[in-house]
Amino acid sequence: MLHTEELNAGYKELHILFDVDTDVEKNKITTVVGPNGSGKSTLLKSIFGLTTVYSGRIIFRGEDITNLQPHNRTKKGIAYLPQIENVFGHLTVEENLKIAGYTLEKEGVKDRIDLALDVFPELTKYLKKRAGALSGGERQFLAIATALVRRAELLMLDEPTAQLSPKMAEVIFKKIVELRDRLKLTILLVEQNVTGALEISDNAYLLASGRVVFGGKAEELLKHDKFEEFCVGVGVEQV
Amino acid sequence: MVLQSLINGITIGGIYALIALGFVLIYKASKVLNFAQGELVMMGGFMCLALSGFLPIWMAVVLAVIISAFIGFLIEKVVLKPLIGEPILSVIMVTLGIAYMLRGLVLAVWGPDIRAFPQIFPEGAFEVNGVVIPYVYLGGLLLSLMAIIAFILFFTRTTIGVAMRAVADDQQAAMSLGISVEKIFAISWAISAVVAAIGGILVGNIYGGINVNFAFIGLKVFAVVILGGLDSVLGAIVGGIIIGVAESVGGTYLEPFVGGGFKDVFPLLLMLLIMAIKPYGLFGTERIERV
Repeated sequence: MLHTEELNAGYKELHILFDVDTDVEKNKITTVVGPNGSGKSTLLKSIFGLTTVYSGRIIFRGEDITNLQPHNRTKKGIAYLPQIENVFGHLTVEENLKIAGYTLEKEGVKDRIDLALDVFPELTKYLKKRAGALSGGERQFLAIATALVRRAELLMLDEPTAQLSPKMAEVIFKKIVELRDRLKLTILLVEQNVTGALEISDNAYLLASGRVVFGGKAEELLKHDKFEEFCVGVGVEQV
Repeated sequence: MVLQSLINGITIGGIYALIALGFVLIYKASKVLNFAQGELVMMGGFMCLALSGFLPIWMAVVLAVIISAFIGFLIEKVVLKPLIGEPILSVIMVTLGIAYMLRGLVLAVWGPDIRAFPQIFPEGAFEVNGVVIPYVYLGGLLLSLMAIIAFILFFTRTTIGVAMRAVADDQQAAMSLGISVEKIFAISWAISAVVAAIGGILVGNIYGGINVNFAFIGLKVFAVVILGGLDSVLGAIVGGIIIGVAESVGGTYLEPFVGGGFKDVFPLLLMLLIMAIKPYGLFGTERIERV
């Protein structure tokens, strides 16, 4: 569904990603792991068009989107949910959902909101509550729900379980699986909670210092004898 | 006497609140302090005055409001749009320029003399328990109240209103949803000019006459928004009432002791006092900058 070809990207003069080749398969969960500063978040931001791309290409559904503005990537069906500030805190839950459908036909929006609330029934009782007053987990629910409203097909989540309790993190992972199985979404996940994320993933990439050092099945990475060392950033260059 | 003074104050305060909402709206959407808000009030008043020369008064009011919306829209499109991406301070200076241009325009067309303002509400007053409320105050209060309610409904019930709040909340995120920030800025200027014009017409009616100095209302509205908090709708409403009442009560009770003209100074003193205690205003967002 999405792939990057020899992607070199960063922030102005700060080169972060080096020749990154990835392939995000349709209707699969792909997780990107790696030590701090390895470029995981930069990869998501680059796919959404928030970084400077020096060379390489980003292909979405066969179309080169490397030079597209972020809001046009949204229209193509890509949703990027940053780690924080992924909802409008001053707006109510209901308003957040409505505004997510800003560019859609009015009639369609209602159905989409109903669908989103069906996936996240937890939000139903907070419709009139300010999004800024939600708990961390509920904010993640809302952020994903807004992506559902705007018909995203590729969902990019940047550390959705950061700062959540282990119990809540588990709930989020279950929801992600539900999104894949029930709504047939494609998910690209960046996670610090490596084991938890890989257990629900189909495919995985391991990044180190901005380069791909492993790409393949998630279970292969989980079973790798040096897996635990990779997680803390030791020896990743030798995979 | 106290009640009388309070009612007058609340009426004027309600109108200040309405004008202040326009100011807050532009600030929330684009972080621009619109120094021309008082001049937009003045323009609204003068346009109504001019149109009432050949139109029935109510039609003149409606038309003046519509033209004001257009002027607000035009200011954004012609003057401010090319400045998107420039430092905010430049844009703020440009609003000062707009203010002086509008003043110059009014001086050129109408001159410096005070012009009698046409009556919208019937003359006379009604009396309850010794409190006399002129119809012009009652009408002003009701109309500004209705306009404020309409303003709030617009922001909470309509898609474009919610989109405007989304832009105020997080411009980048709003853009990523496909919301045109440019369009939102233009609409906020149009609405701001509309509330300013309504305010101008109502105050013009209460004063009975206007001249170019009418734009000094902008200064009072500035006090209102600083008092209430630059980015707070509730603050604009509460601040408006406080400044209006302070002006009225100060005029009635303090002027005999400290001399004439104190009613214009008292609200500003009050503002200074509140600023010393709450630097971001009563309801403003406190910003903590870490370095």
